[in-house]
Amino acid sequence: MNVIETTGLGKRYGKSWALLDCSIAVPAGRLAALVGPNGAGKSTLMNMTVGLTVPTDGTVTVLDGTPIGSPEALDGIAFMAQDAPVYKNLSVADMLHLTHNLNRRFDAAYARTRLTDLGIPLKKKAGKLSGGQQSQVALTVALARHPRLLILDEPLSSLDPLARQDFMATVMTAMTDDGVSVLLSSHALADLERVADYLIVLGGGQLRLAGETDDLLAEHQVLTGPAADADRLASQLAPVQDKRAGAQAHLLVRNGGPDAQPVPPSWEPHPVGLEELVLAYLRPAANPASRTSLSEVSS
Amino acid sequence: MSVLSLPAQVTPAPAAALRPVPWHRMIWVTWRQHRGMLIGLTAVYAAVSAFLLIAGLKAHHAYAAVASCHPAISDACNTLNNNFGSTYWTMANTTGIFMNLLPALVGAFTGAQILAAELETGTFRYAWTQGIGRIRWTIAKLTLLAVVITVLSWAFSQLFAWFYDPFLGRSAGLTVLAEGVFDTRGIDFAARTLVAFTIGAFLGMLIRRTVPAMAATLGVYLGLKLLVWLVLREDYPVAINTSGAVPLNTQQSAPATMPWILKTWTVGTTNWTRYIPVSRFWPMQFIESGWLLLLSVLLIAATVHLVRRRAA
Repeated sequence: MNVIETTGLGKRYGKSWALLDCSIAVPAGRLAALVGPNGAGKSTLMNMTVGLTVPTDGTVTVLDGTPIGSPEALDGIAFMAQDAPVYKNLSVADMLHLTHNLNRRFDAAYARTRLTDLGIPLKKKAGKLSGGQQSQVALTVALARHPRLLILDEPLSSLDPLARQDFMATVMTAMTDDGVSVLLSSHALADLERVADYLIVLGGGQLRLAGETDDLLAEHQVLTGPAADADRLASQLAPVQDKRAGAQAHLLVRNGGPDAQPVPPSWEPHPVGLEELVLAYLRPAANPASRTSLSEVSS
Repeated sequence: MSVLSLPAQVTPAPAAALRPVPWHRMIWVTWRQHRGMLIGLTAVYAAVSAFLLIAGLKAHHAYAAVASCHPAISDACNTLNNNFGSTYWTMANTTGIFMNLLPALVGAFTGAQILAAELETGTFRYAWTQGIGRIRWTIAKLTLLAVVITVLSWAFSQLFAWFYDPFLGRSAGLTVLAEGVFDTRGIDFAARTLVAFTIGAFLGMLIRRTVPAMAATLGVYLGLKLLVWLVLREDYPVAINTSGAVPLNTQQSAPATMPWILKTWTVGTTNWTRYIPVSRFWPMQFIESGWLLLLSVLLIAATVHLVRRRAA
């Protein structure tokens, strides 16, 4: 069962593509991290998933093939947009009541208990709360709907480290207790390194990498060996990243699973960290097209 | 610690069982989000009403003295009449102009912000991803506000019509059919406020920014008003062509009931006149209010269409 499935999904604004030919399938029950630099197409992908943006190309479905914008999709997905928009002139209690009225399901008791636990006064105007508290309010009203899928667009970027930790703790609790699937975007990978069990990397409007985090880490390794031998190996393994330092070369390669190729004994494999992996895929050379041309030049 | 106890696996109901969020929930939503606007509008109407009531009572009182003065051609009656005119004429003119601009102001200050503010502050990303769906949200909100504003405006215009009654006929052609008078009474004022509100809502969605949308609303409404005055109203199918005398067409008999002469022309030796008698006031009101109402419905439909189509 997939909470999000896209096929050849694309969105064009004028002449430039914000997202191009993106095909992903995010399985249920995961905390999927959507990472990439600013302008990579993360918000565009999310907006198309919640029906705020109409795709130019391709298809997208949610919650096991449910069409976007259908009552089932609206009911099952809670979305928290970037900068956590809340009605600044409404009190927190009114935000709860508003969300209650706009949805079939709303767990008012949960919302009130949680906000009280966080020390957020219900009578205060939402606009008078700190950025972290506004995010918590937006997250609480989203979770109180008991969605099957929670989509969070850059929820952490405006929060201080402590508020980030509180925010992620709430998300993780909801995943365990409520079984909600989460798609969370961020341009800072450090926040997600330990919690994301599914990873989607976007760069320049294109999908660079997607998969279960553990599988991706197992399939990738850095090979360290003699620089003199590096070109030959590079042409064979098509490294994601190719770093030369004097007589030594460090090749980050995807070489795992049943199709794994043997590595010459003069090369030493090292495991790769998540951040290193993502950054390697975000380098221009990691673009599949340009990587091919690079290896053609070198061979 | 957590109160979340509903496992997600049992939550999804079969698609067929999913009932939409009921419409009536939007009543509270609309009231809570726009009560400031509605209270403000009511306050403006109430303040102007208080003035119209006080000034109107005085004017009616003074007018009653003029009307009952006998013999009407005496010097004393003439003085009374002139005093009435010099005391109240400017006030009647000023409030008349204000009443003609009021629907545009109401449209700009109520209609234009409804969607533009959501788009400007980004809250549409919240509102349009809730279970009720953006189409229902838009239709319910616009319809509720339109009805409330129309009813308030209708009630207000009844008071103004009463206030203005003594001034009808005080100058040539100043009848209930006159431009600027017809627009402020009957059901026309309410219909005009409604159309101004929907113009505002539509332009707010089209332009997506509150202040430019407000300015555009004023411009479009006044353009529409001029179009009605200069072009459309003369062609409503209520005018009469006659080759004989136009009834009641004498200034002296009863100026307030003088027909509206549209044009005269000659065919051979016969003089023709096209005119609208004052008795056609209500048919004319229904015709104009009718198409204004239709235009309002179309504008709401167009706004909903824009909301549905909008790409973030």
